[in-house]
Amino acid sequence: MTPLLTMTSIGKRFGATRALVGVSLDVQPGEVRALIGENGAGKSTLMKIVSGVHQPDAGRMTLAGEPYAPRHPADALVRGVAMIYQELNLAPDLSVEANILLGQERSRWGWLQPRAGREVARAALARLSTDDIPLDAPVGRLPIAAQQRVEIARALVGQARVIVFDEPTSSLTEEDTWRLFEVIRELRRAGLAVIYISHFLEEVAEISDTYTVLRDGQSVAAGTLAGTSLGEIVRAMVGRDLTEMFPRVSHAAGASLLELRGLSGRPSPHDVNLTVHRGEIVGLAGLVGAGRSELVRTIFGLTPVERGDVRVASVSGWTPLGRSARGSIDHGVGLVSEDRKAEGLALELSIADNLTLSRLAPYRRGGLLSLRARRQATSQWMRRMGCRAAGTEQLIGQLSGGNQQKIAIARLLHQDADLLLLDEPTRGIDVGTKAEIYRLIGELAASGKGIILVSSYLPELLGVADRIGVMCRGRLVDVRPTSAWTEDTIMHAATGSRSLAAADSTT
Amino acid sequence: MRAGPWLWSLVAPFVGLVVVAGIFSAQKPLDKPTRFLTSTRMALVAKQSAIVGVGALGMTIVIIAGGIDLSAGSVLALCSVTLAVSLKQGWPAPIAVLLVLGVGLLAGVVNGLLVTGLRLVPFIATLGTMLAFRGVAEWVSEQKKIQADAPAWLSTLLDRPPSDSHQLLPTGVWLVLVLGAVLAIVLSRTVFGRYVFAIGSNEATARLCGIRVPVVKVAVYGLVGLFMALAGIFDFNDLNSQGSPTAGLGLELSMIAAVVIGGGSLSGGRGSVLGSLIGAVTMTLLRNGCVYAGVSDPMQKVIIGGIILAAVTIDRALASAR
Repeated sequence: MTPLLTMTSIGKRFGATRALVGVSLDVQPGEVRALIGENGAGKSTLMKIVSGVHQPDAGRMTLAGEPYAPRHPADALVRGVAMIYQELNLAPDLSVEANILLGQERSRWGWLQPRAGREVARAALARLSTDDIPLDAPVGRLPIAAQQRVEIARALVGQARVIVFDEPTSSLTEEDTWRLFEVIRELRRAGLAVIYISHFLEEVAEISDTYTVLRDGQSVAAGTLAGTSLGEIVRAMVGRDLTEMFPRVSHAAGASLLELRGLSGRPSPHDVNLTVHRGEIVGLAGLVGAGRSELVRTIFGLTPVERGDVRVASVSGWTPLGRSARGSIDHGVGLVSEDRKAEGLALELSIADNLTLSRLAPYRRGGLLSLRARRQATSQWMRRMGCRAAGTEQLIGQLSGGNQQKIAIARLLHQDADLLLLDEPTRGIDVGTKAEIYRLIGELAASGKGIILVSSYLPELLGVADRIGVMCRGRLVDVRPTSAWTEDTIMHAATGSRSLAAADSTT
Repeated sequence: MRAGPWLWSLVAPFVGLVVVAGIFSAQKPLDKPTRFLTSTRMALVAKQSAIVGVGALGMTIVIIAGGIDLSAGSVLALCSVTLAVSLKQGWPAPIAVLLVLGVGLLAGVVNGLLVTGLRLVPFIATLGTMLAFRGVAEWVSEQKKIQADAPAWLSTLLDRPPSDSHQLLPTGVWLVLVLGAVLAIVLSRTVFGRYVFAIGSNEATARLCGIRVPVVKVAVYGLVGLFMALAGIFDFNDLNSQGSPTAGLGLELSMIAAVVIGGGSLSGGRGSVLGSLIGAVTMTLLRNGCVYAGVSDPMQKVIIGGIILAAVTIDRALASAR
């Protein structure tokens, strides 16, 4: 069979960064190909080239045997290549029907043909075995899973032949994930080609026929999933042994630093009890939406405490927390937000601004800020963190994700935090910098700081944390020393009942 | 059939209108010989609402599309002086009216090109043209009010119809109602209308779906200009065939308020023609009622300001409760 879509020796540069080098990939009609790789491996760039957002610097593509070089996303859509992004592309105020037909309205002389349009929209949803989505409802009021199906329906109306899914399950519940897989199987039966991007390997194994692994912008492995072990894929993804990835810095737990007693917030967490000690790294695992971020945000005082206590040991004894971020910072608690771009950093401000924003007092001279003192201090911190940048006044938005994150963590150290709440601190960071951050976390624990590490990447938790707590539906369901966990048992606890493999055999 | 969401969104503005009317009708100041809600006053309110109302129609389109037009009042003034000057030069009235519509359209297209071509934020682009167009209006009129002679069909647009006719409301008011109906249909039943909502709701998605966003936006601002031209003609009527370079000063804010009271969202994607018209009438009724009830001018402003804030707060609360 001839491939529907081929990409051959694709290369792409952004300034000095080589995002893709000689990447090749093809997909047949009726095939689901997984595109696997760590964050920053080049998956998104590659798919943005397929969908016309970026144009390649080198290489060529064909679609159904013909040359294919989309100049913008609408171009790709017309040729039958649709992309379902993680952040859905919908007009929230418009109805389901209007969204499905957007840009391809059934009309005569500019007048909408309501009946014809309705028919088309309904038929598209029917192809997804979906009849529980009201066509008149504003899309913004639907649950995410339904919104996703609206977007898939739109691709079908546009006669899509290739559909790319970019991390489609990251905000879905388990049940919705299974429904989505049904939809994807439906598409496969109908002879569409599907490219499925994910870093959840269990999912990939469940839904895909073939795979391509990207690492550092190159395709390092490809083949059929049948007969390939997940271990081989992981090795291809990471490209090194796990021991190298997770350097151990020896540290030991000391006096207790943080105590949570029956802590509840709305809608989560729910009745959480936990003690964190000095010199200890506590990992928090769980599915997206399990309430991990909510828990650390409640501890930090960003979302109100509904019931229960948060207490932290500070110089003045045990102090209640959870009232305001300012109070937490003053008592030695710091948070690194999971959303670096929207919340964690002020991208339009300089490195120095971002580093010192939470504690400007040391630079006050009279009523003014001493920019010189701040510059000196900032460049010391940059050296200490190994942050590569043009200078202290460079805009932080211009740095790579890894260097940004070093500054985000340095801010906590600069404000003298004893308890560090790190929410997905390695998201969107290259492998090398990840290893540096793991080492830093270990060193901080060795220096007597307490750390809560929220992560969706299980190897990271297993490699770095001393204890791991698993959250499910807002509850902290289990806390054990790391040696007592495996990826399987964590997933088991996180999904509340059954593991993915077990669930499959029952459906 | 279940009431559509658009019907729900009208509940709040409509209830607001009834409450405002009710409050003023309930009291009867001793020194006033008549009750508040008389047919004479209704006609007066309708007439006074016409200028803000027709402007609010235009403003509704641009706000749904996620934009704003701060230059509306200035375009109105430019159009009103253009009409006066061209009539005074002895141009035939129909030609003068066409010219005025052309000027309005052009002004709107300029706004649209600034927003799409120079990628200026609508607030900034129209803040600039607000000053610039006002300047042009002052230049055209040599900073004076211009009295012109207009034929009866033009000068009596907003006049009360003779009591023996069955017309009930001034021609201009009918015109606003008809235009409102046409606009409502265009917004809900044409591809263009669909695109306006889509762009306001999520511009990136609209672009991704192959909608030519810049073209639609220029058309939107052009349309707004046309509505402002009509508002300028009404204003010319209101001043007894006078074109004034200071006309419509700050009126864009009343138009925006009308749209917002009517359920429009300044973040785009939401708004309704009927809601905006109700909003325009509510504002006029408020002002009129305050005069009737003997409320001082400063107090009026405070009350109207408070009502706008309350309307928006209630609307948002209702929207999130649904």
